[in-house]
Amino acid sequence: MAIEQKDGKQVKEAVNTAIQRYGATSDELIPILNEVNRAVGYLPAEALDEISRQLKLPKSQLFSVASFYRMLSTKPRGRHVIQFCENAPCHVAGGREVWQALTDELHLKDEETSADGKWSLVTTSCLGICGVGPVMVIDDDIYGNVDPKQVPSILARYH
Amino acid sequence: MKAIRSMVLVSSDPVSIERGANDIYKSLQREIKSFGLEDEISLTMVGDVGRNDAAPLVIVYPDAVIYGPVDEKDVHFLVEEHLYKGRIAAGLQAPVRELSGKIAWLSSRKGTLPAEQRIVLERAGLIDPDSIDEYFIHDGYQALAKAVTEMKPAEICDLLEKSGLRGRGGAGFPTGTKWRFVNKTPGSKKYVVCNADESEPGTFKDRLILEGDPHSIVEALAIAAYAVGADEGYIYIRGEYTLAQQRLHRAIEQARELGLLGKNIFGTDFSFDLHVHSGAGAYICGEETALIESIEGKRGEPRARPPYPTTNGLWGKPTLVNNVETLANVPPILRHGPEWYRKFGTPSSPGTKVYTILGNVNTTGLIEVPMGITLREVIAIYAKGMKHNKSFKLAQTGGSSGSIIPASLQDTPMDFDSFAKAGVALGSGALLICDEDTCVVDLARNLLNFFRKESCGKCTPCRVGNQRAFEILTNISEGTGSLKDLDDLMSLSNQLYQLSNCGLGQTAGAPIRDILTYFRAEVEAHIRLKVCPTGVCPMSGKKI
Repeated sequence: MAIEQKDGKQVKEAVNTAIQRYGATSDELIPILNEVNRAVGYLPAEALDEISRQLKLPKSQLFSVASFYRMLSTKPRGRHVIQFCENAPCHVAGGREVWQALTDELHLKDEETSADGKWSLVTTSCLGICGVGPVMVIDDDIYGNVDPKQVPSILARYH
Repeated sequence: MKAIRSMVLVSSDPVSIERGANDIYKSLQREIKSFGLEDEISLTMVGDVGRNDAAPLVIVYPDAVIYGPVDEKDVHFLVEEHLYKGRIAAGLQAPVRELSGKIAWLSSRKGTLPAEQRIVLERAGLIDPDSIDEYFIHDGYQALAKAVTEMKPAEICDLLEKSGLRGRGGAGFPTGTKWRFVNKTPGSKKYVVCNADESEPGTFKDRLILEGDPHSIVEALAIAAYAVGADEGYIYIRGEYTLAQQRLHRAIEQARELGLLGKNIFGTDFSFDLHVHSGAGAYICGEETALIESIEGKRGEPRARPPYPTTNGLWGKPTLVNNVETLANVPPILRHGPEWYRKFGTPSSPGTKVYTILGNVNTTGLIEVPMGITLREVIAIYAKGMKHNKSFKLAQTGGSSGSIIPASLQDTPMDFDSFAKAGVALGSGALLICDEDTCVVDLARNLLNFFRKESCGKCTPCRVGNQRAFEILTNISEGTGSLKDLDDLMSLSNQLYQLSNCGLGQTAGAPIRDILTYFRAEVEAHIRLKVCPTGVCPMSGKKI
């Protein structure tokens, strides 16, 4: 699922949809943030403001939660987000070479977004699919047993 | 209910899907219909069957015949031969020798391969996880019925204590005792929480339990709620596990429709309802007080303990927090009794343990075996030996908070007490098996990188200690370390253990302690000779 740029109205709609679905209570804050992050691609300040207003929670709590969890981002990300598992099981199974191939191919470092806004590259902790390591996830697509040689052809599937 | 003559299972792990499992499922559906067999044959997608070199797999029950890799053009022949004419479709069977994991267990009914012992995974892969009817057929919800209609809450705690079940999340705390603590805490509002925030690197046992048999967790939580006096429960599941979340939502809906959740369950005055709460990507939320903070909509920062969640948990109320695998043991123990459960495993750690086997071995995957099996047995029998006939150097147990086990300890029985006596930890059940080409400095650096990134940052020893240990290990791997670094690492490891607020920091120093205990010569070679004996470390001379 590629992420398209959203304007202020769409952000507000995404917030309303999420709050309607889960209810305006503080124990649903993380599910709400998750859903907005998914719909918008990240959590812009206006989304956090709106959630803070509707849930009657201080903005400081919103920012502190949004910046804590790995699946939430307060910065815009590329159209496609590559998550690469850097934990020991994937590392031992050849992950180091795959990471090298990825950074060579994209000319990006960890946590960087390409200038054309196409790619974001992030390392992540274990994704729980270690049986097929090394593992990377692009948007919602899981790639297992990745060989460094396959990296260019995998990346070529995304536009 | 229809009388089903045969059950056909199609594997649907990511590899099988990529190789066309969906199309095979559709053709099977079409062919079964064209032979007019749709009323007597059930067809199910079953998730990860454990092995994917022969994927996609088609398994036919009750004959336990395994076909794979199956191509769409084989489907007609398979249905005609096996399901219509009732004989094995020649030439399509998966090569038996290469099968292991769950497949090994499936074929063990035919007596061909070493059997696993499945208690918590007894149904996973055999039933349709989206169907409560199939769960009923396989003894589903019997334990809950027995609990609420025949037993007193305290009796359930007694029974669990007698069974000797210990928590499977890593710490090994006696489950019955924990239940009793919550049961004895006075309070009109209590909670039960299932910890499904499985983020320990290399561990995916809970995911497969939840994906393969979600109703078992719903049932176990209802039993737990009855036993401790709770009326509300949460399943805190990590955000990445979307399939498991869908299946849990489905299972809870089905249970609600049939009155197995909600008010007056089984006509008694016991009421209980359940929520699924998704995490958002934070390893620390597997720590029970961080998990509770996260459900309350805050940063996942662990609380100071005591007070423990058993008295002051979610929203300050008494709360029972159990791991998925622990809970999955509860219904079988109630159905069969504690004496039956004690027949498996060792006297101090009865029952089975689910392990994920990873690393430089011929077969990776998931097994459930009795407690007390040794690493040597796991490698030889279930992992089918080391890859490329290399030698076994070390195993990393229980994800990153486990221990590094050298080859010299591979005959230690894997149970809580034997491991503690040997000075190592069983952890969460991941077995990352490494061969002679693994560098211990590189491995420890990788583990510390994980801890420094996943530390929540609340307490200083963990936030700074992990970062500093990572920097020192990086220097050693670059060939710029000094012998004093080893003393500094050791004292960092001790400080992490003694001063950190929660389990993350307390165990983060374990890899350092283990490599300096068992592999000191190899670490010193990086410093004294500026050589990485395995040739893994860059040794390029950059100093942080």
